[in-house]
Amino acid sequence: MNVGIEHYITISALLFSIGFFGVLLRKNTLVIYMCLELMLNACNLGLVAFSRYHGGMSGSVFVFFIITVAAAEVAVGLAIIVALFRKRQTVQVGELNALKG
Amino acid sequence: MTDLFFYIFSALTLGGGLAVVFSRNPVNAAMFLILTFMSMASLFVLLEAYFLAVIQVLVYAGAVVVLFLFIIMLLDVKEAAKKPFKLVTSIASVLGFAILFFGVWAIRSGLTLKGSEEGLPPSAGSSLKNFGYELFTTYLLPMQVTGFLLLVAMIGVIVLSKRLKAEGEGA
Repeated sequence: MNVGIEHYITISALLFSIGFFGVLLRKNTLVIYMCLELMLNACNLGLVAFSRYHGGMSGSVFVFFIITVAAAEVAVGLAIIVALFRKRQTVQVGELNALKG
Repeated sequence: MTDLFFYIFSALTLGGGLAVVFSRNPVNAAMFLILTFMSMASLFVLLEAYFLAVIQVLVYAGAVVVLFLFIIMLLDVKEAAKKPFKLVTSIASVLGFAILFFGVWAIRSGLTLKGSEEGLPPSAGSSLKNFGYELFTTYLLPMQVTGFLLLVAMIGVIVLSKRLKAEGEGA
């Protein structure tokens, strides 16, 4: 059987779910961030596959924007993590309970 | 031949993703993240999105992972995360994974995609020239907004990283 768009969509869905799984499972903020990047990448794969399927450029252009926004997001997120570490000396989400009533 | 490459690289992508989730050491997780991004770039090549593959390697495997590694090494996180995952958390995570995946699977099964049995249609020529043309005609406003977003992100990072005097006295 030839590899069609459905295979790519399946891989995309699986990778997105794996990223979500990691976000739920892990306690380390940095690893949670990496799993978020995995989820963004899974979306990119789906968009590229659909773009190829439809023969247009729009999907690819949106992937370009997503990559740019993801890079900006990583920079800001890691700066927040560093600021958090300066204040609390930890990156484990279990110990970040300042908002607990 | 292309099918074989697809299976190899998708296995690498998924395996790398799982390794990122299960790596105890954040440095190892970042290394597996590189593996995932590189094999994802290979999948982009298989989809004939060559420009995006290059961007993927440069931005993700280059800049993003290096930034991650830099922060991991800078923070020098103590070995506090050695304890195993809680049972409740694990069950909840597996349930979340299953619900999300089968939800997407149900949507995908409901779709009827024409001509999906005989593989992908021939490429419509997504060359770099077309890409640039689209970026500066149809998508000119999003392009400008993205550029502005990068500026905002840069200023935000500078403000966040700056040690404020009042904060220093309080701590």
